[in-house]
Amino acid sequence: MKAKIIITPKKAVVDPQGKTVQNALAYLGYQGVTEVHVGKYLEIGLAGNDPAAARKALDEACHRFLSNPVIEDYHLAIE
Amino acid sequence: MNFAVLQFPASNCDQDAVHALRALGHAADYVWHKETSLRGADAVIVPGGFSYGDYLRTGAIARFSPVMQEVQRFASAGGLVLGICNGFQILCEAGLLPGALIRNRSLQFRCEHVFLKTAATDSPFTCRIPPGKLLHIPIAHGEGCFFAEEATLTRLQANRQILWQYCAANGELTDAANPNGSLLGIAGVCNEGRNVAGLMPHPERAAEPILGSDDGRLIFAGMIATLEARRATAAA
Repeated sequence: MKAKIIITPKKAVVDPQGKTVQNALAYLGYQGVTEVHVGKYLEIGLAGNDPAAARKALDEACHRFLSNPVIEDYHLAIE
Repeated sequence: MNFAVLQFPASNCDQDAVHALRALGHAADYVWHKETSLRGADAVIVPGGFSYGDYLRTGAIARFSPVMQEVQRFASAGGLVLGICNGFQILCEAGLLPGALIRNRSLQFRCEHVFLKTAATDSPFTCRIPPGKLLHIPIAHGEGCFFAEEATLTRLQANRQILWQYCAANGELTDAANPNGSLLGIAGVCNEGRNVAGLMPHPERAAEPILGSDDGRLIFAGMIATLEARRATAAA
């Protein structure tokens, strides 16, 4: 199984990286970009074939370690 | 007094912290992150650096080092813990301090002297700072922007947990004086119990006049005075 985790800054957190990338896109001529947020992507290979158990364990890992709930949101997909 | 200065892989301000404390006439020793004993230390310093290369998030991995369980126990029992720069980040990740430190608003690594206004003098870390005195202390960080949710910030203000704020040379809290975009210009906070504190500036780099400022000395002096008072009370 493979877990794919996307970690993004919370909306309330100022994201200067996102803003900088947005400015750069505009400078490069790409129009109509209304916002950019820069996050993290993790790919985790898992042994076993119980997606529910894997999700439970990884949700805990995300809350505890992989993301910081004070400043980040995460999205977890298991395939 | 006897200080334990933690060492994680890629801590790099541990030696300066040990030196500063010894220069002030106190004992200070290194405690490697894998140790599970603080060896009877009176206080703990979590020093600056780039522990674990700042991988994943600053301080995110160091907070799970074996020694941190002992630090948690020590703090729960009221022991004094001071986190400096990466140490502040580690204590926030460990949940020993509120909030989090994120990338500087300017995206620049800022390495310069700043002025700090002491917002609360009733803590072991600020009790020896004369009222009104601004501390002139260097910073060196790329991820020092303090963030916490509105409710947390309100609570910090109500509880007087904000210990230091960036200010101009005349003491005014201005945007220009804020080197990293920290909310409320927060440079350092303490926990509710007031025994754990963290700050992004480096008092150990301003502990001797030869370094251009010895204002950092006042923060360590507060800890020492508090420990001495506790010792006197215990002996009585």
